[in-house]
Amino acid sequence: MARLIRTEKEVEGRYTEQWIVVEEDVLEQWPAGPRGIVGRAARRVDGHERARGQATYTADISLPGMLHAAVLRSPHARARVKKIDLTKARETPWVRGAIGPDDCHVLEREPSFQGAPVAAVAAQSAERAREALDMIEVEWEVLEPLLDPDEAVRRESFTDEPRLYARGDVERGQAEADVVVEGEYRTQTVLHNALETHQSVCRWEGDTLEVYTSTQYIWGIRDEVAETLGLPPDKVRVVCHFMGGGFGAKNSPGDYTFIAIALAGQTGAAVRCALTRREENLASGNRNSTIQRLVAGARSDGTLTALSGEYINAIGWDGFSGPTYGPMEMLYDCENVRTQTFGAKLNTPPNAAFRAPGFVEGTFGLECVLDELAAKLDLDPLELRRRNYADHDLVEGRPFSSKNLLDCYRLAEPHWARRKEVRARSDDVWKRGVGLASQVWYGGGGPPSYAWIRVGSDGRATVVTAMQDIGTGTRTAMAQIAAEELGVPLNQVRVELGDSARGPFASISAGSSTTPSMGPAVRAAAADAKRQLIEIAAQRYHLEERVLEIKDGQVISADGGSWPLEEVTGLLEDAQILGKGARGPNPTGMRVLTFGIQVAEVAVDVETGEVRVERIAAIHDVGRIINPLGAKSQVEGGIIQGLGHTLSEERLLDPQSGGTLTQTLDAYKLPTIADVPEIICEFVDKPDEHLTNLGSKGLGEPPIIPTAAAIANAIRDATGADIHSLPITREEMLRALRAAEERRREPERVGAPPA
Amino acid sequence: MVELRVNGHAYELDAPVGRTLAEALRLDLGLTGTKVACGEGHCGACTVQLDGVPVLSCITLLHTVGGREVTTIEGLAEHPLVDAFVRADALQCGFCTPGQIVSAAALVESTPQPTSEEVRHAMSGNLCRCGAYPRIEEAVVAWRG
Ligand code: FES
Ligand code: FES
Repeated sequence: MARLIRTEKEVEGRYTEQWIVVEEDVLEQWPAGPRGIVGRAARRVDGHERARGQATYTADISLPGMLHAAVLRSPHARARVKKIDLTKARETPWVRGAIGPDDCHVLEREPSFQGAPVAAVAAQSAERAREALDMIEVEWEVLEPLLDPDEAVRRESFTDEPRLYARGDVERGQAEADVVVEGEYRTQTVLHNALETHQSVCRWEGDTLEVYTSTQYIWGIRDEVAETLGLPPDKVRVVCHFMGGGFGAKNSPGDYTFIAIALAGQTGAAVRCALTRREENLASGNRNSTIQRLVAGARSDGTLTALSGEYINAIGWDGFSGPTYGPMEMLYDCENVRTQTFGAKLNTPPNAAFRAPGFVEGTFGLECVLDELAAKLDLDPLELRRRNYADHDLVEGRPFSSKNLLDCYRLAEPHWARRKEVRARSDDVWKRGVGLASQVWYGGGGPPSYAWIRVGSDGRATVVTAMQDIGTGTRTAMAQIAAEELGVPLNQVRVELGDSARGPFASISAGSSTTPSMGPAVRAAAADAKRQLIEIAAQRYHLEERVLEIKDGQVISADGGSWPLEEVTGLLEDAQILGKGARGPNPTGMRVLTFGIQVAEVAVDVETGEVRVERIAAIHDVGRIINPLGAKSQVEGGIIQGLGHTLSEERLLDPQSGGTLTQTLDAYKLPTIADVPEIICEFVDKPDEHLTNLGSKGLGEPPIIPTAAAIANAIRDATGADIHSLPITREEMLRALRAAEERRREPERVGAPPA
Repeated sequence: MVELRVNGHAYELDAPVGRTLAEALRLDLGLTGTKVACGEGHCGACTVQLDGVPVLSCITLLHTVGGREVTTIEGLAEHPLVDAFVRADALQCGFCTPGQIVSAAALVESTPQPTSEEVRHAMSGNLCRCGAYPRIEEAVVAWRG
């Protein structure tokens, strides 16, 4: 029965209360462990298509008569458009359309960051369109930008209300502590740089607006576009069959979609608006930088008595102030916790969710301060974490639906035990060490999400749902789940997704939610189809339904009879069996979270400050693993992005003008294949018995969370230097080494805050 | 008019001066397997082979390749590397993958048994933001299956 409930919905740590219709989840979970298909390595079902360049991405869509847009973006971090004249641009022969601030709501008269869109043109080619931008005449009044996050807090320039959280009594907790550590940690702004830039192709087909877009959320785009334009949502069709990466930055339509729509309206043609790589690095979102002022206190036995953090999220002009405080509040069993979080509104480009927003930054600060505490207490860092293990959720006082972090710790032991041997390989120049860091994150997914499945007369099944596969391998996971439940080989299942007009509502691909949201719906749809197939088989073979099942594409009876499934489905001729399924509710009164730990090994050249990461072992607890091969790829990918965040990536701004200096992939340093360490990946792989008919949680985000802290802690182990700022450039490394050296010379200063 | 051969077929193209090879392949010939991710020679997504040598098609001008043999991912559809990539799960979003395979195909042509080090050296100009690198290395080292 459909049930109307009012529930909290969580995406990327942001909660909203909403009404949701849920259907009961009636299926029992499969027993733990690998099954015939689920839990076994499966090659990507769309692997060949993608590898051969046959997959059509938004970047490859070309519609008849399609025009190309180019966007005039503000060269100033803060300015006022005194006058704008599009006449010359409009008169240029190859220009078909031109729009300014009066024609489209995303075009700004008072641009508040460098890269804010001001005007746009459409022409027959992208090159012609870009040339025509020079024909737009603008008179700017350049204004003083606000660029310093601390200054923004002083001036109360906020994107969100400052957030205060407290439990217990932090002052008392600090007074009870035998050791207190304080420190300021900073993380840098990093850029998503998905290889397919943000882009949309829009056109009107009759009274329907078609939006082909590189997105993580087909339905969100549909609703936001429909609402903005005042259209009924079903007059907007959003399509994304293949997607070249998003990492959180492609959850909403963005300026480019609305610009393409406005120009399509003006010209009557299909219009592509695709960001260039430089625009991508300017105006498509970023992981905001943070300043974290942290205090941690513990008794001599390691019991945490107080944790407090002041977090400044340097958001930019717009965006959201992410849960940088999350790890401090959620990871450990500490009674006295206080966090204060400010979202600084600045004249810099708006942030966007980036793979575990807030938690990547917050875990760096928290897990580093914890290791500094361990060093002062002379306690083993892994032991310190065990002593403060939280057996229930302290934020909401709820039990966990499942938590196997102790299993992660146990599996981490052999990697942690390499410490002595690794350190022994140090020499005068290269110092080696091992560090670890824990991870907590959401990732339970939730309703509503729906899937259909049709089984044809040839016994092949097609899963139909309007979700998206942003590269995480969800198409493959859904095919595995459907094949497992239906009892047919994996190659008998196809997954059709990516089109809001051709399938039911499906989850956003963000917040590690696609598999835990969609998987149970797909399984329910397959079970519904299987039930019907068995009903038909029972009538065909004059047997009772309860003695029949389907396995490996065969209908099998308890007495040993077996018939190819096609014999049953063949009766349908060209008709089909249709199954439908819905995602059931999350367990009430429980907190659904993911956990893990990473152990990093590093080598530091103490003369030049060069840091080499040599090995990372990752152990994550995300419930049942659907596809161990794809899961491993997710973990490796997360760690490699984390490695970039830790060592090389940084968006640099001109401190005077606020302009972005790192707009190219030459200036902005992504990790390359040559930078990758040995990566070991393990899973606890225990289904969460309270969560859905699968017991699976999401895995997209957890692996990027602890990497930076594990590396920084390994550096401390190797050199005694405390890293306080990302990225760990040679400059930062040498600064930390010098500070450590000074501390060694002045032992009486121990206990004072680090420089 | 520029004459060139792409994947063994002859083409004649009438394109303005300044047309890049990537644009000609993608827009004029509809060979969209070659991706453009930066358009300025920094990422390797647009890699094609010119007489067997990997080049960045986004910064190669069409008018400089007249009479030469271009191999794109479409011409390598049956190359064992394609299977090797799928087997090793060497792709996630797949946007960098055609460029990766075109680079790797040139490598295994000249070095049929590449070591990990050789793969890391030869492929370091092909960025993958999804971080499929460990799998790519595995796929190329074990490309013959
Ligand atoms: S697209 Fe040619 S190198 Fe990036
Ligand atoms: S697979 Fe996504 S960029 Fe390489």
